[in-house]
Amino acid sequence: MSNLEALKKEIVETVKAAGDIQSLEEVRVTALGKKGRVTDLMKTLGTLSPDERKEMGQALNRLKDEISAEIDARASILKAAAMNARLASEKIDVTLTPRPENKGSIHPISQTIEEMITIFADMGFSVAEGPEIEDDFHNFTALNFPPEHPARQMHDTFYLPDVAGKTGDAAKRLLRTHTSTVQVHVMQTQKPPIRVIIPGRTFRSDYDMTHTPMFHQMEGLLIDKAAHMGHLKGCLIEFCKRFFEVDDLPTRFRPSFFPFTEPSAEMDIGCSREKGELKIGAGSSWLEILGCGMVHPNVLKNCGIDPDEYQGFAFGMGIERVAMLKYGIPDLRTFFESDLRWLKHYGFGPLEQPNKALG
Amino acid sequence: MKFTLSWLKDFIDTPATLSEITDKLTAIGLEVEGIDNPAETLKGFVVGHVVSATKHPDADKLQCLVVDTGKEKLNVVCGAPNARAGMKGVFAPVGSYIPGSDLTLKKGVIRGQESNGMMCSERELQLSEEHNGIIELPDTAATGSDAASALGLDDPVIEINLTPNRGDCAGIYGIARDLAAAGLGTLRPLSLPKLTPTFENPVKVSIADTKACPLFIGRYIRGVKNGPSPEWLQKRLKSVGQNPISALVDITNYLTIAMNRPLHVFDADKLKGNIHVRPAKAGETLAALNDKTYTLQDGMTAVCDDSGVLGLGGIIGGVPSSVSESTQNVYLEVALFDTTRTAMTGQKLQIDSDARYRFERGIDTAFAHDGAAIATQMILDICGGEVSDVAVAGVAPDASRTIAYAPERLKLLGGIELPEARQKAILAALGFEVAEAGKAWNVKTPSWRADVEGAADIVEEILRINGYDNIPAVTVRPAADEKLEPLSPLAKRGTIARRVLATRGLCETITWSFLDEASAELFGVNRRQNKAALTLTNPISVDLSVMRPSILPNLIAAAGRNTDRGIGNAALFEIGNCYWSVEAEGQVLTASGLRSGDARARHWSGAARRVDVYDAKADALAVLEACGVNTANIQISTDAPEWYHPGRSGALRLGPTVLAWFGEIHPAVLAAMKRDEAYAGFEIFLPSLPQAKKKGPQKELLRPSPFQPVSRDFAFILDETVEGDKLLRAIRGAEKKLISHAEIFDVYQGKGVEPGKKSVAVAVLLQPAEKTLTDEEITAVCQKIVEAVKAQTGGALRG
Repeated sequence: MSNLEALKKEIVETVKAAGDIQSLEEVRVTALGKKGRVTDLMKTLGTLSPDERKEMGQALNRLKDEISAEIDARASILKAAAMNARLASEKIDVTLTPRPENKGSIHPISQTIEEMITIFADMGFSVAEGPEIEDDFHNFTALNFPPEHPARQMHDTFYLPDVAGKTGDAAKRLLRTHTSTVQVHVMQTQKPPIRVIIPGRTFRSDYDMTHTPMFHQMEGLLIDKAAHMGHLKGCLIEFCKRFFEVDDLPTRFRPSFFPFTEPSAEMDIGCSREKGELKIGAGSSWLEILGCGMVHPNVLKNCGIDPDEYQGFAFGMGIERVAMLKYGIPDLRTFFESDLRWLKHYGFGPLEQPNKALG
Repeated sequence: MKFTLSWLKDFIDTPATLSEITDKLTAIGLEVEGIDNPAETLKGFVVGHVVSATKHPDADKLQCLVVDTGKEKLNVVCGAPNARAGMKGVFAPVGSYIPGSDLTLKKGVIRGQESNGMMCSERELQLSEEHNGIIELPDTAATGSDAASALGLDDPVIEINLTPNRGDCAGIYGIARDLAAAGLGTLRPLSLPKLTPTFENPVKVSIADTKACPLFIGRYIRGVKNGPSPEWLQKRLKSVGQNPISALVDITNYLTIAMNRPLHVFDADKLKGNIHVRPAKAGETLAALNDKTYTLQDGMTAVCDDSGVLGLGGIIGGVPSSVSESTQNVYLEVALFDTTRTAMTGQKLQIDSDARYRFERGIDTAFAHDGAAIATQMILDICGGEVSDVAVAGVAPDASRTIAYAPERLKLLGGIELPEARQKAILAALGFEVAEAGKAWNVKTPSWRADVEGAADIVEEILRINGYDNIPAVTVRPAADEKLEPLSPLAKRGTIARRVLATRGLCETITWSFLDEASAELFGVNRRQNKAALTLTNPISVDLSVMRPSILPNLIAAAGRNTDRGIGNAALFEIGNCYWSVEAEGQVLTASGLRSGDARARHWSGAARRVDVYDAKADALAVLEACGVNTANIQISTDAPEWYHPGRSGALRLGPTVLAWFGEIHPAVLAAMKRDEAYAGFEIFLPSLPQAKKKGPQKELLRPSPFQPVSRDFAFILDETVEGDKLLRAIRGAEKKLISHAEIFDVYQGKGVEPGKKSVAVAVLLQPAEKTLTDEEITAVCQKIVEAVKAQTGGALRG
């Protein structure tokens, strides 16, 4: 038995001396492998008497277990050391910048349009579209601009060459000066009740600090049998409060004039101007925000709707203007300059989708 | 339209304050654009009486004054040479803001002498540039009273933004009438003079076209003395920014502004024969009163005598027949001119005059004779003389109309209920005549309101005088069961494309719909319709003259500008129309994007990579997929248009329909645009995308296979012209049920591969659905793949 003790001692020493997993494995094979020293001893059991065999067998098994335990313990120490060495060797400079990715953005005009759609959709409006190159009829005549009326010139219209083979209103091609043209298309093709909004590009020949030759408007049209000025006010007051995110936003309606509405109004919202800073909300000043009115009976007639049966209201606003007011963007012209610094600064992240739930 | 408070009060008797008046003007549709109230800037400045003035003990040019401010006597040090005891001037107490010096006065000690305020010069009050001495006020100015009123500056100027329909308020009297109707005071009636002609009018008048000029009234006044007009008249005109010229001219300007009655005076001695109003003949000229000479066109309304054109009716008079200081006999013209023709002529000749402003909006047709009488009396009062009878041609058209109006319309259209009596009172105050005819009324419009055409206008009149603020707001929220789909399929695609592209790192921009001719030509303006049809006839500049056939040139220019500014590698997109024809279907909503420079910038983690065709292709496919297009069905053809690199571009198609073009931009196009970075872009034609199939919210059931997939790699030797897409189609087609995916992971040409050939390595994934594949089955599929590739591409397994 003392032989076994000596063997154990010898093997345990080699286990402790193993400097890495590889040499530890060699120790294990030498001791416990098929031709290992403990295994060799096991093989001699057959030569012993049953009693000696029993006793020797138990002792050898114990020895085997003890050596295994020693090896396992040594292995976990060595593994931990190896892991530490690996981790130490793998250390890198984590202050380096990660691989670059491009960050995209949404233009403030698109974002504003989507916000408006979200609010008006909630009031039952859907979005309508129409062409940007229009004819005289849809831009002026149908909207009750008398022929050669000064108002036509007030619009600073861009013209294209007349279309060959057509005459009069239908031949004259122009860039729409307002999105109201789409009102006409909608009324010509849909039966009331109608609730549409029309965001889109519009064009006027004007270019200075506060005008660009291309800009965007949001048009609205509601036609049914009973809509009146009170509904117009209710609709637009709700819109402005939600759009500008000011619950107690003061609003006022002033009589105005547009050829295509009667009565006509302009809507102002309250604001304050303190130390050169404009703030939307209760204050001592007013800001003009949009034009609106009850659709002129002549317009209904021109679009094939009986003004004795149907009535309704329309409104239109400049999208750049309200975007500038809401987001504090100072200069109109910058909207169309494609300056990446501007696009990234005033633009919106692709996940910032207007959403009623998120407000 | 500008006027002063005191001028307004000539016509309305009102106790209202300035702010009550301006608030009411805005509320009734005469929007106040500005109020210039000098009394506001001079608040606190008072009339100071210099009680004594003694030389400053320690300064030669200064005096020590004792000034009586009405409240107290103060020591004031003053450097003005005209300061002296007994005079009255404008005193600014300590704390006043001096606008001309931009400072706020403090109590001071000047060379040992206390100074409590200042006596002001005109420059210090920004009244003029005068700074040689302090202002001297008349002795009658009450010590301690407001300086503004002592200076005659207590008359605020109000400017309103007149809408084109309200010609009646292009005169102050009309504004007073509207205010009175709105309950702000009482309109003062105009007093109409009685004139006694003493001789027969020697100048007769005739009209050739009574549509252009329905009425012309002429009156000869002889023995006048022209010269500067009286001070009150000059002050009135100056207060609204008009330069006084001479009494006769000032009188016409007064009538124009005060009563919206433009008129004209001729020097009667310069007229030859009678006056006739006729259409001008092309080529006739007029030396006009604005010192410009105009060449007239056929049909413009000319006021003529036997010598030729005297003036343009309703717009401007001529120099040769104009009055001067020496005018002794004057001929007064009071006429009516057609609104449209006045506007057209004014536009064509680009003449903006006070007369045109009013005639093109329409003036009160019934006020011609009264206006003539008032003007004549003013001439007699100011310039003396005696009057002839009037020469009249034409008649004043009856501009009033009768409108059937049911009082319940107010509630139905206007959304507010008002008693009939209240409605009637408002209409009456505005000059309408109401006659009851059963349930409805017959409302007769006044001659000065040609803009009121129907019942809706009557509703507006009542609403605006009663106040839009009083209309109760009513919600338009739909009933809960109302179905809602706010976006059309096309608009939905635009919205999806926008979010997808921004997510992929591109920045959305918005560029002009028009561009320069050269760019338009580079990007195919002539492909479908001739360029001429898409060129603006009146562009704002040559750079913005042709409707864009593609968004790419704008994006390239924009990326180039950013690069030049030091912000390279721009990735931009825009969603907007391209214009291929002027018809609706030729205006194609396009999602177009562009990447420039490096797709992967220089970085420690790896080498930079320039943008290439595959970046553009990936962007385009991502948009199509998000828009519901099954990209597995998309075919790729290599026939993108000429602005793409012919070997590095393609079209994404579904059969004959092109959904998108993508590729690197043609180097020659870039050279023409003076860009030398790499550019790759795409154009997706959103209307061409297939309509997404309308399904319920439920998704198709997922059936994941429980069996192990098997991956096998192949390397084929192919002719170098064989396209990868063709190889993959051959492989996938070999055993459609088993092959779930095939991807090219290497393309090699060079050593070991014969010239003209390439080696293409493909990873194929086999996914059984019914049982695990046996080795024999796998071998059989591989064999099928090799055979299919050989049959369809001529390729063979690499040995």
